[in-house]
Amino acid sequence: MGVHRTFAEINAKIKAGKVVVVTAEELVSLVEEKGVKQAAQEVDVVTTGTFSPMCSSGAFFNFGHSVPRIKFFRVWLNDVPAYAGLAAVDAFLGATAVREGDPLNTDPPGEFRYGGGHVIEDLVARRPVKLKAVGYGTDCYPRREIETVITLDDINEAFLFNPRNAYQNYACAVNTGDRTLYTYMGVLKPRLGNAHYATSGQLSPLLKDPFFRTIGIGTRIFLGGGIGYVVNHGTQHFPSIPDLPPGAVRIPSGGTLAVMGDLKQMSPRWLRGTSMLGYGVSLSVGIGVAIPILDEEVCYYASRPDRELYAPIVDYAEAYPQRRSENLGWVSYAELRSGKITINGKEVPTASLSSYARAREICQILKEWIQEGKFLLTEPVAPLPGPEAGIVPKTLDIRGVKGGRG
Amino acid sequence: MPPSKVVLRFPAAIADKPIIYRLVKDYDLMINILKANINPHKEGMMVLEVTGEKVEDGLDYLRRQGVAVQPLTEEIIRNEERCTHCGACTAICPTGALYFERPSMLVRFDGEACVVCQLCVRACPMKAMEVRF
Ligand code: SF4
Ligand code: SF4
Repeated sequence: MGVHRTFAEINAKIKAGKVVVVTAEELVSLVEEKGVKQAAQEVDVVTTGTFSPMCSSGAFFNFGHSVPRIKFFRVWLNDVPAYAGLAAVDAFLGATAVREGDPLNTDPPGEFRYGGGHVIEDLVARRPVKLKAVGYGTDCYPRREIETVITLDDINEAFLFNPRNAYQNYACAVNTGDRTLYTYMGVLKPRLGNAHYATSGQLSPLLKDPFFRTIGIGTRIFLGGGIGYVVNHGTQHFPSIPDLPPGAVRIPSGGTLAVMGDLKQMSPRWLRGTSMLGYGVSLSVGIGVAIPILDEEVCYYASRPDRELYAPIVDYAEAYPQRRSENLGWVSYAELRSGKITINGKEVPTASLSSYARAREICQILKEWIQEGKFLLTEPVAPLPGPEAGIVPKTLDIRGVKGGRG
Repeated sequence: MPPSKVVLRFPAAIADKPIIYRLVKDYDLMINILKANINPHKEGMMVLEVTGEKVEDGLDYLRRQGVAVQPLTEEIIRNEERCTHCGACTAICPTGALYFERPSMLVRFDGEACVVCQLCVRACPMKAMEVRF
C-alpha cells in the first residue's frame, strides 16, 4: 500500500514548518526522475496556477450611506454601469461591462479601452474612482442623485465574486475563413494564420486534480494576489471525459470554479483590466490552488506533463459561432507551447492568451506562503460534481412566450 | 537633401519584384536598408533610409506598384509594468519583434526588428504596447 495523508496531517506539518511543497512544474520533473510512488512519498503539497482573461468575473460592493440617504436605482463607477438591483447601496460590477458612450463595434474592430475589469484594477491599485448614482426618492431614501469619489479603503465591503473561472481545459482557437476574426481568443488571422490557446497546461489547477478529489466547495485559494475560496462549481461546469487522442491522459476537461475573495487584499498585478480588440473588456485573474498529495493517485494526475494534456482545435470562423461541436483535431500543450503546430498539413504559429510566466510565479508564491505557514489547506465541505454526475450542456432555444409572467 | 526614413509594406503579389533595384537605377537614389522582412508569396516589410534628388518621385513610383509607404517618425515601446507576458501579440507581430523566449516563456520585444506596423498596439489586451512620436 502506498502513502496516505489527510488534510489535518499536512496542516500539522505546515504549522511545524516541516511540509514539503513543490510547484506543479517541479512535480512533473520529480516524477519523471523518480516515479509516482517515490514522489508521492516525498511531497506533501503541489501548487498550481493560472493567469488569464476570465470574463465571468465581477465584484460586489457596499458603499456606505450618504446624508441624506439614497437607494441606488442606477449606478456607475468611472462611467461603467454596475447592477443596482440589490439593497440601497449595494451593487455588483461585472468585468465585461463597457463604459457609457464607448463606440463598441460601430467601426469594427472596436478597441474597448475601459470597462468593469479596468474599474476593478483601478480599485485594487488604490486609484480614486468616480461613483455616480441616481435614485427615485422614497420616504426613507430621499436623495435622488449622488456624484462622489471613492477608493477601495473608503467603502465598507468589496469582494470579488467570479461565477466561472479557472476553466479546466480550453480550446485552441483557429480561423479557417478568409478574413481576420476579432474574438475573445484574440486576433485570429485568416487561413489558419495563427492558433491561440488559453490555459497554463501542466500548471493549470483543474487539469492537475481532474476528478476533483481535493478541490471542492470551501477550498482556500490564491485569488488576485489575496486569499479567496471556491464557493461552488462554476457556471458551465461540464466535466465529462471527451474523446481524447492516443497518448492523452483520460481526464475530464469542462470543469470550472466559482470563486470569491476579499478585494481589499488583492493587487493589480493579479487583477488586470483587459481589452480584447473587436470583442470587449474583461478581467485577467490570477488563481492558484494547492493540491494535497493524499495518495499516489492524486500524485499521478498532478504530475501529468504538457505532452499528455490535450486541447481541441476549434474553428472560430464557423463551428464556434454556429455552436457546432466539431473540432479540427487535438493538440498537446507541449506542441502548443513549442510555438508551432500542424493543422491539415499546414504549419501554424501558436500563441497564448494566458501567461505561463505569471502562472509559474503564482505557483511559486503559493509554495512560499505554505512553507512560511501563512496558508493552510482546507478540506472541501462538499465535493464538486465529477464526470459521473453526467451533466450535459443545456441549449437556449428560440420559442414564443406562453404562460409565465414575461 | 537629408535622408528620409520610410516604412514600406508590400502585398504578397509583388514581394518578389525587383522594385528596390528600380529605385536605384531609375530614380538615382541611395538606399540603406535598415530592416527587411521579405518572403516569397507573403506580405513583406522594409525600413529604408533614402537619399537623393528624386526621393518623392521614387516613393510615388512605389505607391503606384501597390506598396504602402509611410514615413518612419514613430517608434513602439513596451510598457513593462503593463505587460503580463501573455503572448497574445507574438503570432500577430509580422516581423518576430515580439516573441516567446523559451523556456522562461517571457515575451521579449526586440525594438530593432520592429517596423512600427502597430498591429500589436491594438491587439495587446493589456494595452502595453505604446506608440511614441
Ligand atoms: S500581448 Fe501585450 S501583455 Fe501580452 S505579451 Fe504581448 S505586449 Fe505583453
Ligand atoms: S509594431 Fe508591434 S507588431 Fe508591428 S513590428 Fe513592431 S512589435 Fe511587431
